[in-house]
Amino acid sequence: MAFYRSQVLLCGGTGCTSSGSTKLTEILKDELVKHDLENEIEVVVTGCFGLCELGPVVIIYPEGTFYSRVKESDIKELVEEHLIKGRPVERLVYSEGKGDEKTLSLNELGFYKKQRRIVLENCGVINPEDIDEYLAFDGYMALEKVLKTMQPQEVIDTVKASGLRGRGGGGFPTGLKWQFTHNATCEDGVKYVVCNADEGDPGAFMDRSVLEGDPHKIIESMTIAGYAVGAHKGYVYVRAEYPIAVQRLGIAINQARNYGLIGENIFDSGFDFDLEIRLGAGAFVCGEETALMHSIEGKRGEPRPRPPFPANRGLFDRPTCENNVETFANIPTIIRKGADWFASVGTEKSKGTKVFALGGKINNTGLLEIPMGTTLREIVYEIGGGIPNGKKFKAAQTGGPSGGCIPESMLDLEIDYDNLTAVGAMMGSGGLIVMDEDNCMVDVARFFLDFTQDESCGKCPPCRIGTKRMLEILERICDGKGEEGDIERLEELAHSIKESALCGLGKTAPNPVLSTIKYFRDEYEAHIKEKRCPAGVCKHLLQYHINPDTCKGCGICARKCPADAISGEKKKPYVIDTEKCIKCGACIEACPFGVITRG
Amino acid sequence: MKKKSLDELHAIRKNKKSEIDLRTGKKGYRVVVGMATCGIAAGARPVMQTLIEEIEANHLTDVTLAQTGCIGVCRLEPLVEVYDPEGKKVTYVHMNPEKAKKLVKEHLMGNKVVAEYTMEIIDGKVIDPVIK
Repeated sequence: MAFYRSQVLLCGGTGCTSSGSTKLTEILKDELVKHDLENEIEVVVTGCFGLCELGPVVIIYPEGTFYSRVKESDIKELVEEHLIKGRPVERLVYSEGKGDEKTLSLNELGFYKKQRRIVLENCGVINPEDIDEYLAFDGYMALEKVLKTMQPQEVIDTVKASGLRGRGGGGFPTGLKWQFTHNATCEDGVKYVVCNADEGDPGAFMDRSVLEGDPHKIIESMTIAGYAVGAHKGYVYVRAEYPIAVQRLGIAINQARNYGLIGENIFDSGFDFDLEIRLGAGAFVCGEETALMHSIEGKRGEPRPRPPFPANRGLFDRPTCENNVETFANIPTIIRKGADWFASVGTEKSKGTKVFALGGKINNTGLLEIPMGTTLREIVYEIGGGIPNGKKFKAAQTGGPSGGCIPESMLDLEIDYDNLTAVGAMMGSGGLIVMDEDNCMVDVARFFLDFTQDESCGKCPPCRIGTKRMLEILERICDGKGEEGDIERLEELAHSIKESALCGLGKTAPNPVLSTIKYFRDEYEAHIKEKRCPAGVCKHLLQYHINPDTCKGCGICARKCPADAISGEKKKPYVIDTEKCIKCGACIEACPFGVITRG
Repeated sequence: MKKKSLDELHAIRKNKKSEIDLRTGKKGYRVVVGMATCGIAAGARPVMQTLIEEIEANHLTDVTLAQTGCIGVCRLEPLVEVYDPEGKKVTYVHMNPEKAKKLVKEHLMGNKVVAEYTMEIIDGKVIDPVIK
């Protein structure tokens, strides 16, 4: 066994890869060879650490020094200072906020302190392309325990007792789903396990990070599920837009097969199980379970009415156990540490943790995992590090296009499935977008509806036509052509779509509109009645105005205006012709005295 | 590749675990080598090299080996400090590869401080062990 005195961990998640971590790894390896250190220092490419905002992230052990935003030109210094002389390169060490002490170790970061990592325990810790590292972190121990000491029904009972609920959005009890599939019968006795990795919500990347950072966990978990429900074949349906995830999962499946951890007669138990990857072509609706199964079968990705539920008639008309990536990622730990341990984390009806992709107007954009019951305030201000530029929190949007907004008055809401549903939002798959005073809530609703309208498969009229009509009304409101009664029309349409759409996509599509109307009705009214956008986002509703009392008459704005909409005489107040004005904002930027306002 | 037996898997897990412990913290000795300019100039690199080789050859998986900057007594470099699990440390001065081998054998494996390589203080002055 090789002994390394130090290990350098580089994040190879999608976030850091796009900020250049692959090139960093190459340069680092070259530098190590140059200094004759390649046998002393090991370079490990890991999955996502969660702080994507600060990428590329580099951690050096045994000290655990946390470097952020490392550039190619920094590597030489890192090697010569830190690795050779043992002096951390202070200027690259991550510090929280201005003037703070630099933080030398990862665990001291506020970002990590409030987190509880179960699903992400190995992400950013192990090398996802090395099965031995997964084994070393207790990998495949749960599978061994299940195949050697448990009956299928015992496995299902454990999952039931843990209280685990589906992490893909709906929150259906996972143990029950497994039980239904276990109990279901069909003529030839064939059953399937399917992992839904078709993560499509804008801004969400929880599942991607698990597949990239800890792919073996999904393989182990699906094999356990196969044993529990009586299936011998599994499919992972993953988006083709996740090339790193697909590649690492493929490597992991091959390694597991070579070690005999999947395949025939696993651990001489007589149980056979194998896995295949299927790529999705980017249709949002294919995240819906029945549409996903049609897509795997090679048919058009459209949902069908339920029942029959997939547990009875799913993939290829056989009983199918379909779970989301994050749901599966909880299973090995539940088996290893026991249902009681898992049930001790979280709230009464929502057990365990939830991974969120935090984005929008927030300082620490990234991936975090919190115990259920953590408040929104803790997420935004303690883990997320607050809102940039001293702006004021307005709302948080959870559940992506299917979810809703949580206003400031509910910052102390404890996050779990039932609380979120009660306030008109939903857990969803885990996107969490923070909005500040500069976000227009009508525009946000329009954005999400534009997305679902675009992604509607068109099979059922409520979704195909209903969302289109809603979008038209919203666009009208944003354009300053809103009419009395538009809010009521939106609500009526929303309720009938929710009741009559075929699948989850349509049923939840009106949620962003309903929840913004519920909490920000005054903004809608300002758009419709006063033709005014309070946040200053909707272009057609903006008016630019020069304050005649403070204008010095310098004329700079008139020279900068690309539309010749500003006129006046030197040393006298200038005036904007609102008919000609194209609302580009060039005059505000140009004015040296700050006398031009927008509103 | 041939399918792995359970025993083989357990062996892989155990071996890899000790290798990875670097990231999770070890329970044994922590050895720190002064590797600032002064240390390197005085020959700290071969000392570090020897320590790595010896630790690896003797499978001392509990030992953490780290480098550090200038400790301040440049004239006594190369310096090696050994921290025990309670955090108490012993400082060895004027090290070389031969002495490093003995340090590994006696201190890290035999739990006995190699007194002859440590400093001696008389009347508040550090007495160089070489002249001593």
